Amino acid sequence: MSDYLRNWLTLVVFGGVAVLLVGTFLGLGSLLRPSRQTTQKMVAYESGVDPQGDMWSQSNIRYYVFALMFVLFDVEAVFIFPWATRLEVYDVFGLVEMAIFIFILALGLFYAWRKGLLRWI
Amino acid sequence: MSSTILAIELAYWQQTGLRALLGIVAVLLPAGTLVYLFLFKMMSFMQSRLGPMEAGPYGSLQLLAEVGKFLQKEDLIPAAADRVVFKLAPFVVLISTFLLVLVIPAGPDLWFIDIDTGIFLALAVSSISVIGILMAGWASANKYSLIGGLRAAGQLVAYELPLVLAVMGVVIQAGTLNVQGIVMAQASGEIFGWGGIGNPFILTQFVGFAIFLVAVQAELTQPPFDMPVAESELVTGYLTEYSGLRFLMFFIGEFATAGIFSALAATMFLGGWYVPGLDPTDNLFNVIGPLVLIGKMVLVAFLIFWFRFTYPRFREDQLQQLAWKFLIPLSLVNIVATGVLKVVF
Repeated sequence: MSDYLRNWLTLVVFGGVAVLLVGTFLGLGSLLRPSRQTTQKMVAYESGVDPQGDMWSQSNIRYYVFALMFVLFDVEAVFIFPWATRLEVYDVFGLVEMAIFIFILALGLFYAWRKGLLRWI
Repeated sequence: MSSTILAIELAYWQQTGLRALLGIVAVLLPAGTLVYLFLFKMMSFMQSRLGPMEAGPYGSLQLLAEVGKFLQKEDLIPAAADRVVFKLAPFVVLISTFLLVLVIPAGPDLWFIDIDTGIFLALAVSSISVIGILMAGWASANKYSLIGGLRAAGQLVAYELPLVLAVMGVVIQAGTLNVQGIVMAQASGEIFGWGGIGNPFILTQFVGFAIFLVAVQAELTQPPFDMPVAESELVTGYLTEYSGLRFLMFFIGEFATAGIFSALAATMFLGGWYVPGLDPTDNLFNVIGPLVLIGKMVLVAFLIFWFRFTYPRFREDQLQQLAWKFLIPLSLVNIVATGVLKVVF
């Protein structure tokens, strides 16, 4: 197997190690801890008051606009990374190109700002 | 780790086993160090008290006592909870932590993974923990948990961007995404032709370093960015229904991630395992590299925890405004300025 693929195999191994470690901890705990469960203990904690209504109540997700903007800028980051590593080769040409790219994106951010989308209502 | 380490030849499975063992140490050791050194002791001294003193000399065995305590706690899962997702959530958070520790090199031949997209991988896997937190918040079937989970998601999404964009300045300067390459670029760098101490990027990327630390603070949901677990509003947010060992898993995940992010900041801005005055390819660094890295990590972690114990909590809208109206434009300016300076000089 090539070194490149072995590196990624290490990544898989580490994921496995994490699962194994947590599993071992929790398994060990189940051997040691007491278990005297009553229905009262299984009630959701709402500051000592009996829970009211549906637990998965609808709540106002205020930041779907933020989530959209996040996707926008995250894609931008993906474009900037390769440019950043090769800037020495592209020199002034690359700099001007990226300046235009970032300017347009900053314009988008500024537009959202002026529209009041960045306000947490 | 390359195939020879300190003149010992290792087969691939031996390397992998060693890596897995060292990985566990690299996750648990910083977590324990940070909790004892900062959360127990520094916080106490800042508040004019002694902190734990009973278990071991100066309370140094308090951590073991805490683990012993958590081991004995009853495991409670609310009747209304989504049991499968509830149990899976701590696994997802710890997987994110373990994958994050992969990218940090501790010496010229001491690395877990050596790929050309190292920093990019770190940023990608660090956001897996958001899924774990959302899972915990949703599966608990508790209104506090749900609101805490949603707040955490909103916060992590907002601060992911400054984090990514702050790293960009370092990448431009080093010209590579490979973490080992970034360390080497700092070790062999020169400040206006003077190479005495290399070129730690904190000197040229100080703005990036500051943005990175603020974003890390928010990613860790530590005060002053701890609205997701704000105890006066949401009990403990997405952790409300977790007790005993499952809670401990989240706790370890948080502090291990704090340590690893500190190590990452130390690697990118303070020169990582390198100390000035020696040849960066020297075999000596395979021995002292980890110690140097831990020293620098503790230094950066000190800054993070200093903020944590000093500032009061932000309001939710202030948090989003800080990210979108200040940090992101600032980091964009930082990228352009770094690019211009790189081309000019």
